[in-house]
Amino acid sequence: MSLLFFGYFAGMIVATSVLVVALRNPVYSALCLLIMFFHVAGLFVTLHAEFLAAVQIIVYAGAILVLYLFVVMLLNVKQDDRYHSQWRIAGFVCIPLLIEALMLLSGGAGRGPTDGRGFPMQAQEAIPTNNTLAIGEKLYSTYLFPFEVASLVLLVAMIGAIVLAKRDIGGDET
Amino acid sequence: MTVPISYYLILSGIVFLTGMVGVLIRRNIIAILLSVELMLNATNINFVAFSDHLRDLGGQVFVFFALTVAAAEVAVGLAIIIALHRSRSTINVEEFNLLKW
Repeated sequence: MSLLFFGYFAGMIVATSVLVVALRNPVYSALCLLIMFFHVAGLFVTLHAEFLAAVQIIVYAGAILVLYLFVVMLLNVKQDDRYHSQWRIAGFVCIPLLIEALMLLSGGAGRGPTDGRGFPMQAQEAIPTNNTLAIGEKLYSTYLFPFEVASLVLLVAMIGAIVLAKRDIGGDET
Repeated sequence: MTVPISYYLILSGIVFLTGMVGVLIRRNIIAILLSVELMLNATNINFVAFSDHLRDLGGQVFVFFALTVAAAEVAVGLAIIIALHRSRSTINVEEFNLLKW
């Protein structure tokens, strides 16, 4: 049953992520990315990460993607040629990467559905029933300093975005 | 019946490679940023899968931080795109050769 859910979510994620790269119009690409975010959130629910599923929908689908769509509409992007003129060079870079990844994946997956030697054994502790509570306790005790640094990162990004996008900052403001 | 962890690794590998191919071959700079989002999501899937596998919440906390960095990256990246579009009136990456030697 869980394999069925995984198959559905994985298939939709792969299909929409290929569409994000392949579609010509950036608005359609962004909408495919929206569908992919929802399916990733569904995958998080099946992995007992309910809080992250909610955050994924709120932050990614609600904030980041709306920002993308705003910029696409703001810049009035016409449909233009899809790929680089340097796509042959990019292909030469991509094909060895693909082959390497396939070799790695087939080596990892060849050991069958049981836990092979390459992966650490599955822990047998119980899943915490209250996912949000557990994450909150972890975040505000063990990861308190990274949490504060993350707020600093957001502040820097906010100031940087305003400075970059404002028309004539520090110009003639008289 | 539980899903083996290698399936999640294969899924995130495929999504990450799709994003990387998108970064390398697209010429629209907004599509390039969307492909970067694909790569970030692939790593997030991996983190959450291993967090569930090992019963360790550290992976989920790390996804939280990756999400913060993704939001910051999008804000700064889109601001740069707007500034570039204002000065060059195009978003084709082949037109941007100011730093090319």
